[in-house]
Amino acid sequence: MVALTQDLVMTRTDTVRRSSKPTADRLFRLASLSSALLVLMVLAGIVASMIYGGLPAFQEFGFGFITSTAWDVNRDQYGAWVAIVGTLSSASIALIIGVPISLGIAIFLTQLCPAWLKRPVATTIELLAAVPSIIYGMWGLFVFAPLFAKFVQIPTSQLVEGIPFFGTVLYSRVPSGVGVLTAGIILAIMIIPFIASITRDILDQIPTILRESAYGIGCTTWEVVRHVLMPQAGVSIIGAVMLGLGRALGETMAVTFVIGNANRLSASIFDPGSTIASRIANEFNEALGLQLNALMALGCILFLVTFTVLVIARILIARVQTH
Amino acid sequence: MKILSYAFAAGLAVASMATPAAAAEITGAGATFPFPVYAKWAEAYKKETNNSLNYQSIGSSGGIRQIRAKTVDFGATDAPLKGEELQKDGFVQFPTVMGGVVPVINIQGVETRQLKLTGEVLADIFNGKISKWSDAKIAGLNQGVKLPDATITPVYRSDGSGTTSVFTTYLSQVSESWKSGPGVGASVQWPVGQGGKGNEGVAALVKQVPNSIGYVEYAYAKQNNIPYAQLQNKNGKFVAPDDKTFQAAAANADWKSAPGFGISLTNQAGDEAWPITAPTFILVPKNPEKPEQVAEVLKFFDWVFNKGDQMAVELDYVPLPAALKQQIRDTWKAEIKGKDGQPLLRS
Repeated sequence: MVALTQDLVMTRTDTVRRSSKPTADRLFRLASLSSALLVLMVLAGIVASMIYGGLPAFQEFGFGFITSTAWDVNRDQYGAWVAIVGTLSSASIALIIGVPISLGIAIFLTQLCPAWLKRPVATTIELLAAVPSIIYGMWGLFVFAPLFAKFVQIPTSQLVEGIPFFGTVLYSRVPSGVGVLTAGIILAIMIIPFIASITRDILDQIPTILRESAYGIGCTTWEVVRHVLMPQAGVSIIGAVMLGLGRALGETMAVTFVIGNANRLSASIFDPGSTIASRIANEFNEALGLQLNALMALGCILFLVTFTVLVIARILIARVQTH
Repeated sequence: MKILSYAFAAGLAVASMATPAAAAEITGAGATFPFPVYAKWAEAYKKETNNSLNYQSIGSSGGIRQIRAKTVDFGATDAPLKGEELQKDGFVQFPTVMGGVVPVINIQGVETRQLKLTGEVLADIFNGKISKWSDAKIAGLNQGVKLPDATITPVYRSDGSGTTSVFTTYLSQVSESWKSGPGVGASVQWPVGQGGKGNEGVAALVKQVPNSIGYVEYAYAKQNNIPYAQLQNKNGKFVAPDDKTFQAAAANADWKSAPGFGISLTNQAGDEAWPITAPTFILVPKNPEKPEQVAEVLKFFDWVFNKGDQMAVELDYVPLPAALKQQIRDTWKAEIKGKDGQPLLRS
């Protein structure tokens, strides 16, 4: 059956090719090839100009640029460590909060949701993805942060004060509502629509026959989701999560508003920090000389981090596929 | 054929309409601090002369970069360029308007203008050396004001900014430890506190965080009703920020003491002088490649000096003293020349 269809397709394309003009075909191929090449060229150009711009900073500080916590414009001492830690920790918080919620949304929409509710919920989530990030930043600073300080930071800090570990990680000396955790939460809200809608599409594409047979042998909804849908969709879901992570790592405006913008390493997730993107957004306007080079170098590092994340995602997917 | 001739006629009509309407358009870029007043001036100027100004508030360093690259007709900067830099780039620099930076506070029960601070105490607060409002140094200045035994949260501008540059210039003048510590700059390494993006970010944090102190432009504090503190000036008097105390700071200044009028108005002498006052500057090339554009720039600022004071005051900026305006006009005539060696502004 399959072979037959393939044959059919083959002959059909053959006839199409013969009947069309070869020049048009060649032009089409050239046009699509150059579109693809253009993307590569733009990417190469960006990487090259960032490396060129960042090179003086790397030459000046060497490997120490990555491990140093300094960022002192007056003494021209720059290091990326605080920003790298801030980027990774805020993105991790975003994933820890965002991924379970996204999966929940996707599973609810595809498996449990009554038909009349499906469209409103799905549309709302897609609308969330269309909100500009500056709006999230403003909302985070003016609306979310005061509420967060009052109802989360202050009670939590009072609760954990003096307790080892938690007394450090969850203690806020200044309950201002902004900080690494706030940034993570805002980021989570921003990446949920991406992960949720992609995951929903993936779950929708799983053949109904699989699900029906599982129900047919008496599985509960949980068992179907756990043992049938998740193994089927696993690889693609990792891809969706990685897309969300990519956005969380590079998000600039919203984070700049709510992370507190301090160049300090802090043990508490309530304390202010900074990310690579927020540092660049804050200082690029007024940067001159080595500071500009250091910001470019930060850009290179962010590029590298994002690239590494994508590579790890690929490796994960490849490993799952071979099993 | 008929369509063609219509098109031709239409083309002619458009062309003939375009020629007389070709009003001058000048472009400038730079400092964000004077942007509201530049925008207001530009609007009024366009109404009156039909000439327009396109000003992009991209930040002072950006303005300097752009005028060096000659992509704009003038650059605008909060921090003045030094004499040798002006010489090297062939720029003429002049101030346009002044403003003040004020310390804003959020302490329960303390009203605006009630808290008194000295420059040194302010520096120590932002340095983390004074960490409680109940500190003896603050209490000594504020007998009768009930201050809480609470940790102070300093709030600073996280984005590179002329406001920060002015504020840290002042702190360096009044505190040795600030000068040798964080120093002066559009962004410095703050030892304590939290950063907000822009005036609005600082204002939001100060409003939200109890027992915090920040600094914003005066216009911003006034228009948003944020409580601010009094400061002790160089003469030892406590003053509150307003247009009078800003003008007092400018009154005793010796504008000719630095090339390009590039003086700082922070920590000026005078009983009435507000200690954190600052002018903002314009940069234009001395021997421009496009003299007609620079002539338009000078015409615009000449118009501003004649008619712009009221508009500046409405936005809580402080106009320049009349004598200084005349000095600036003389400088234009003496230094900015066209290709023929004649001054660009003749009137």
